Amino acid sequence: MSAATVAPARPAYPMLPRRFQVLSTHHDNHDTLTVQLEPCDGERLEFAAGQFTMLQVFGVGEVPISISGDPRGTGPLQHTIRDVGSVSHALATAAPGQVLGVRGPYGTGWDVVDGKGGDVVLVAGGIGLAPLRPALLEICVERADYERVALLYGARTPSDVLFADDLRSWAEEHRITVEIIVDRGEAGWTGRIGLVTQLIGKVAFGADRRLALVCGPEVMMRHSAVALVARGVDPSRVRLSMERNMKCGIGLCGHCQLRELFLCQDGPVLPFDRLEPLMSRAEL
Amino acid sequence: MTRLTIEQYLPHHPFFDGLDEEALALLARCATLVHFRAGTYLFAEGEPADAFFVLRTGRVALETRLGTGRQVLDTADADDVVGWSWLVPPYRWTFDARAVTETSAVAFDGACLRERCEADPALGYALLSRVVRVMSTRLHSARVRLLDLYGDRS
Repeated sequence: MSAATVAPARPAYPMLPRRFQVLSTHHDNHDTLTVQLEPCDGERLEFAAGQFTMLQVFGVGEVPISISGDPRGTGPLQHTIRDVGSVSHALATAAPGQVLGVRGPYGTGWDVVDGKGGDVVLVAGGIGLAPLRPALLEICVERADYERVALLYGARTPSDVLFADDLRSWAEEHRITVEIIVDRGEAGWTGRIGLVTQLIGKVAFGADRRLALVCGPEVMMRHSAVALVARGVDPSRVRLSMERNMKCGIGLCGHCQLRELFLCQDGPVLPFDRLEPLMSRAEL
Repeated sequence: MTRLTIEQYLPHHPFFDGLDEEALALLARCATLVHFRAGTYLFAEGEPADAFFVLRTGRVALETRLGTGRQVLDTADADDVVGWSWLVPPYRWTFDARAVTETSAVAFDGACLRERCEADPALGYALLSRVVRVMSTRLHSARVRLLDLYGDRS
């Protein structure tokens, strides 16, 4: 792990949220928004790409949300939220100036710097692109240190595609191969329709130092990881971001337990060689 | 790539990987180079399925007709294989295939292939096992997409 991605030390009172104020909210698509937060105490939240925070709407509840902003940037803290539940709806509709609680950051990061000197493939499904965005932004800053970089992104429909401006910028300005595939097309869509795993067979990989980062629904991650390993990526260099019911964020409550792992601490990002025996068991 | 002859192209395509020169030569004799303008159809549902296609360039949409229009079910791109109805009686296409962009392909004559496969069971098995791989991939894709996975994660 490089110094650039080392997670900050745990705060003295990890269950105590810090106060952040909503600066603005940007609609990424019909049900997904990116909320920009500014610390009320002025102290920037340091985080590593791939980590998450517990976001709290006072009086409503608290949910784990991956950080989707630039880990090296100086701008506001960014979280991309899908408006699907009571807490996420309260977050998505929080007005500028509203104060939210933020605990964390928690968990392991992507450590994308391990891919320097080789090819990196990022496979995203749905809102799984949001936790991968910080890794992509990190790559963009030091693009010359990486060989081929490819983002394979599966979405439900063309209207569900996130971060359209970023996708364009990554492809045009940062030499990142961006391939998008959707489950269902819409009028005017001339892009690919199918499953994101189909793209894994088409992307160009080098022989050495390949690193793959995968984030999305667990079934999609499992099939993607298998396809990546079939393409010759070492299972220890296929990293997946696992999702369970994170609650305390500090490995105490056990809500996010996956057999011997507490995903809020041991994860969410874990290598496939560690996860494979756990992912192949039903209801674990 | 587009300048390669069929004989030069087939040995480098993953679909034909593992076939010997003799088998490739037999298959090449059933093949022609074809080109489709954007918007034209490679085949249409219900028509005799007399070919399969290995796409060299372009994009093809596999679609079905609904009362309200057409629905694209899948797309295929360069190096993908399109069409297996030529192998399955009654040899009729079950979907439409439309060129989304300018598309060039190698088209294999289904009747010619069936004849050669019947005469040479080893070739028939080799070809069938490759087509089954394509079918399996498409079936897997369809099944996983039925789960509507991207609707769940929040």
